[in-house]
Amino acid sequence: MEKYLKKQFAIFALPTILAFALAFGIPFLTGLYLSFCEFTTVTNAKFVGLDNYRQVFSDPNFINAFWFTVKVMLVSVLTVNIFAFLLALLLTQKLKGTNLFRTVFFMPNLIGGIVLGYIWQSIINGILVNFDMTMLMDSSYGFWGLIMVVNWQYIGYIMIIYIAGLQNVSTSVLEAADIDGATSLQKVFRIKLPLIMTSITIALFLTIANSFKMFDQNLALTNGGPGNQTSMLALDIYNTFYDTIGFEGVGQAKATIFFIVVAAIAVVQVFITRRKEVEN
Amino acid sequence: MSKKLLSALLILTASFTTLVACGASEDTASDSGSVYYLNFKPEVAELWNDIAEKYTAETGVPVKVVTAAGGEYESTLKSEMAKKGAPTLFHINGPMGYISWQDYCSDLSAVPFYDTLTDKSLAILGEDGGVYGLPLAIEGYGIIYNEAILDKYFALSNAKVKSLAEVTNFDTLKTLAEDIQANKDALGIEGAFAATSLLPGEDWRWQTHLLNMPIYGEFKDKGVNDLDVIEFTHSNEFKNIFDLYINNSTTTPTLLSAKGVMDSMAEFALGQAAMVQNGNWAWGQIADIPGNTVKAEDVKFLPIYTGLEGEENLGLPIGNENYLAINSQTSELNQQATIDFVNWLLTSETGKNEMVNTLGNIAPYSTFSDDEKPQDPLAQSLLTHMENGKPSVTWVFPMFPSQTFKNDVGASLMEYAQGTKTWADVESTVVDGWATQKALIK
Repeated sequence: MEKYLKKQFAIFALPTILAFALAFGIPFLTGLYLSFCEFTTVTNAKFVGLDNYRQVFSDPNFINAFWFTVKVMLVSVLTVNIFAFLLALLLTQKLKGTNLFRTVFFMPNLIGGIVLGYIWQSIINGILVNFDMTMLMDSSYGFWGLIMVVNWQYIGYIMIIYIAGLQNVSTSVLEAADIDGATSLQKVFRIKLPLIMTSITIALFLTIANSFKMFDQNLALTNGGPGNQTSMLALDIYNTFYDTIGFEGVGQAKATIFFIVVAAIAVVQVFITRRKEVEN
Repeated sequence: MSKKLLSALLILTASFTTLVACGASEDTASDSGSVYYLNFKPEVAELWNDIAEKYTAETGVPVKVVTAAGGEYESTLKSEMAKKGAPTLFHINGPMGYISWQDYCSDLSAVPFYDTLTDKSLAILGEDGGVYGLPLAIEGYGIIYNEAILDKYFALSNAKVKSLAEVTNFDTLKTLAEDIQANKDALGIEGAFAATSLLPGEDWRWQTHLLNMPIYGEFKDKGVNDLDVIEFTHSNEFKNIFDLYINNSTTTPTLLSAKGVMDSMAEFALGQAAMVQNGNWAWGQIADIPGNTVKAEDVKFLPIYTGLEGEENLGLPIGNENYLAINSQTSELNQQATIDFVNWLLTSETGKNEMVNTLGNIAPYSTFSDDEKPQDPLAQSLLTHMENGKPSVTWVFPMFPSQTFKNDVGASLMEYAQGTKTWADVESTVVDGWATQKALIK
């Protein structure tokens, strides 16, 4: 079997490798090259060396966007995972209608970010209008608005991952714990959590990467306002690329830095949580 | 079925999923060249498709029209230009747009319609003296008013202003607006001005068009066409008019950051506001609002008075922002076909009819006779203002350094309106933003 797989590997993986190269590999390398260039369209680039990178670090908007993104990431990763895990615990109990609830909680994930952003903008502004305010009154409104949207959208999705993990925890272990007189809290922290580390790795990776890359929700909800105080990295890169003349290369350089940061954080996170995984 | 056959089938299906995505086809070039126009205005997208069909039916030259989504012109242009069948005819956003696209603009000084351009200062000149952008239409903006509501106000016994003839400067405009606001219940309206839309992306009427007034004043005082650093000497005049707009409006100032342009056009069309600042392109929007109560003959322009010296003798801000440019990197054949297409629009009977009556454009070319002008009320009012002898205010906003500058000013105005920033902050956004962004282009 092993040998057979090895022989066939090239043929079966080829379409995916081809697709990956076309849709990801080549654009990525082009992008990397363009970050060292000055250009209007991707076909008339002139090499300018490290100029673009120098501009990036002197741009206060980029630094702002970076810290704002980190804040959103930290808060949303915590809230999304905690709520998703609690829901998963609840919906793996023997309750009536768990399937229905799972579906309902998962549904927000099926709506696109732009639509979600605009819907929540109307909802939040609709509430604030009673106080003669809008969401752009203060950047903290935009921040918590964003956290709300992210939670609403991702909790259901991450919940499904945790449910899958919890269902894999073998009942014999739990029964043994019951016989030993473990409380339900002890069961959660001492048995369930350690045994679903694989799910936690995936869930953390997804939430961290998604909050870093967040664009649609940010664009639709506040579009960075007031000022650029609630611009996240992706939106800042987009604005640099399209709204400042001759700054396409700088936008590209920002994107490259963005990639390195996200990749580094994700790799470290996966490495750390992987070490805690155990065989079920 | 043997396993080999099964795996072969699997591979085949898998490859299809990959390759389908890359299957977009290229148009085959015809002998006569072809035209690809990247249209700027979504509201006339359908009309351009019809015009293209008519031209193809008449001449056999294929014309492709693609319309960029609102606010997405630069991004669409950037991606389309990088493709094989790039646009042959596109728009550049004033002199700043020319800086960005100069590698793609061909010299138009030899094209037949340049000779018929009535005012040569409307063209974009390169440093080498070549002509790289030509206007398709001239446009104007001002304070659009609903004459029916104003007449109703003038008839009030306690009205402080008795006729529009008295309104010739900022002070009288202020009296008028504030008195209308005070009498809004008697007039059955919700405010003198429609909402000052300050939602990010919907604030161009203020950060671009209104800001034109003080910057125009400064350029005129200093006798220049552009500056690397501005002092914002007419900041007070800008504050005058902006305060007047936000304090005498249908909407509380703190709620303006949730309003879009369509909100304020709807308020005007529904007769809830007496005045709104916008341009002649807005007629379509006013007319299309369901249930609108404003009559075509009641819709007219008033100049924007801000308190600039000598403003009694100034007309409306009239100009052009989006210039036509022909792609220099496409084949000679396509360039010629594109020139022929534009020439047809500006000289042939059918083309001119489309320009004037279908698109409602006021074309600044001598091939258009006096009666070949659009008939919509705002265009008519614009023409009346142009003919009354008062010099128009020049559009200087194409010299604004970048979209980022405008967006930042808009954001500052929004925070000023809701009280989280002071006017001094707005001033520094304008002055500092201008200097920084201009320096970046150098």
